[in-house]
Amino acid sequence: MKRKRVSYAKYGYIFSIPFVVTFLVCTLYPIIYTGVIGFTNLKGSTMAFSDAKFLPSLGQGLWDNFVDTLTAPTFHTALKNTVKMWVVNFVPQITLALILAAWFTNNQKKIKAQGFFKVVFYLPNIITAATIGILFANLFAYPKGVVNDILLQLGFIDSPFNFAISASAAQNSVSFMQFWTWYGNTMIVLIAGILGINPEMYEAAEIDGANGNQQFFYITIPNLKTMLLYTLVTSLIGGMQMFDIPRVFLNGQPQNSTLTASLFIYTQAFSGSYQYNKASAASLIMFVIISVLSAVVFFMLRDKDEIKLHKIIKQQEREYRKKVKLAKQQLLKEGR
Amino acid sequence: MDTEIKVFNRFQPFKVIIYIVCIFLAALSLFPFIIMIVNATRSTPEIQGTAVSLIPSKFLARNYEILVSKDMFDPIKGFINSVIISTGATLCAVYFSSLTAYAIVVYEWKLRRGFFTFIMAVMMIPGVVLSIGFYKMVYAVGLANNYLPLIIPSIAAPAIVFFMRQYMIPALPIEIIQSARIDGAGEFYTFNKIALPILKPAIATQGIMCFVQQWNNLFMPLILLTQKKMYTMPIMVSLLKGDIYKVEYGSVYLGLTLTVLPLFVVYFLLSKYIIAGIAVGSVKG
Repeated sequence: MKRKRVSYAKYGYIFSIPFVVTFLVCTLYPIIYTGVIGFTNLKGSTMAFSDAKFLPSLGQGLWDNFVDTLTAPTFHTALKNTVKMWVVNFVPQITLALILAAWFTNNQKKIKAQGFFKVVFYLPNIITAATIGILFANLFAYPKGVVNDILLQLGFIDSPFNFAISASAAQNSVSFMQFWTWYGNTMIVLIAGILGINPEMYEAAEIDGANGNQQFFYITIPNLKTMLLYTLVTSLIGGMQMFDIPRVFLNGQPQNSTLTASLFIYTQAFSGSYQYNKASAASLIMFVIISVLSAVVFFMLRDKDEIKLHKIIKQQEREYRKKVKLAKQQLLKEGR
Repeated sequence: MDTEIKVFNRFQPFKVIIYIVCIFLAALSLFPFIIMIVNATRSTPEIQGTAVSLIPSKFLARNYEILVSKDMFDPIKGFINSVIISTGATLCAVYFSSLTAYAIVVYEWKLRRGFFTFIMAVMMIPGVVLSIGFYKMVYAVGLANNYLPLIIPSIAAPAIVFFMRQYMIPALPIEIIQSARIDGAGEFYTFNKIALPILKPAIATQGIMCFVQQWNNLFMPLILLTQKKMYTMPIMVSLLKGDIYKVEYGSVYLGLTLTVLPLFVVYFLLSKYIIAGIAVGSVKG
């Protein structure tokens, strides 16, 4: 029986080959390649990698590309914008998603047409981000655009407002688009999380006379902690890579106010003077930032039951060994 | 009975607020698309006159003429190209992810735990980080303007492997596989003919999600495809931002509508699976 199982083990390796090979060729190698480029003078659309030289052989410092990128004001602006636009989108997003999730899972309120609302709230998430960017660029058009028309008619403004000139308006528009496309997704994730909470807790709370708000703050929120953290970190990682919407909406303008880190890398590498080396350095810096964030998710996602089981098994093994040792010593003593 | 009615009454005003908020948000989700579709049928002067209108006009055909006359935007070609890439990538992703998950769940091998940990660790590698190296590699081997570099990487889709593993553990009892072995089935045959059919629901949800993701992908196609005839739908869309369409509002809205329609159809047919997929994918085992 045992011998048979051993003979099957090789299929575990065989069936993993496609994944591993593809990962090595299409992910790991490009990452290392990008890293190496970050230490060379590779730039210009026609320069081949074989003609590129490492910076020290040109009398420059090994880390020059990294230093240049880290000290470049544009990169700072890009990082700041990315974080800012992410925060302005995420705070209202998670708040609204949490409130909606609490409403939709409330047994007393029994909201009708939930299926319809879920489908409609999630809808923007399914649409191509590039399409949304251009659609909103048209809706926000100046002087005659949908948003301007509505604001004028409602009397919020006296004259048309040019969203494409004001830096803060452009940033907030991008944040709004991100919010608008993602809150439905977050809501569904949180609903799943709330439905996973033991219903007996709510029943017990109800018997004890806790009202809806108390149940939300003392049962839902504490039990949803991991889920909220997970949402936070995945959203942050996604947000750090924000590209499609800022690129098609105003392509980083006005005054670089919607320039994100990804857009910075893209414009450095694939336009103008094709500075692959600087862009690679920026990529690696982003990689470090995102890796740190990923590490957090990774520790959260570990299979907790399995770890517990593993620990128990190890402990039992240890105890067994101890017992064997003791028995042996006893035998030795008796033998003497 | 009495108290029940009281509770019901007490919650009524609050419920009204909830419905108002929900209806407002639903309108917010739908309104931009409604405007988009209506404006696709209106002429540029009409749109410039009043941007907001819910009454369709009769310039749909004219807008389409203008849209394709510029020799840039080709919705049919973009559609076909996107279908080829998204289908290829999705098939690769779900088939090989299932295979990888199968290797992790069914077989006991030394590196199994380590391999799974590794998959979870690489789940979040951002595309931007490898883009320059990948671009240079693809050009070096002469595969620029080819769909293969956009399809092949999907074979290694860690997030789908993770999901398939979670689904497989309860859904695929080892006894089934053992009985197949007794009947003399090879391991690869067992996977294809016995495991895959059991995994169909998970393959469906992951397949839909993966397809939509691939369909919407802008970054990689943008840097790897330079020939106009290879452009995907999102690249076609980004062309609408160009100067040649600057004053053709109706045509731009029509172009956007054409890229959204296939997604609408897919979504309203499959929304049940899509929403279930997000919910299940987010709950960890």
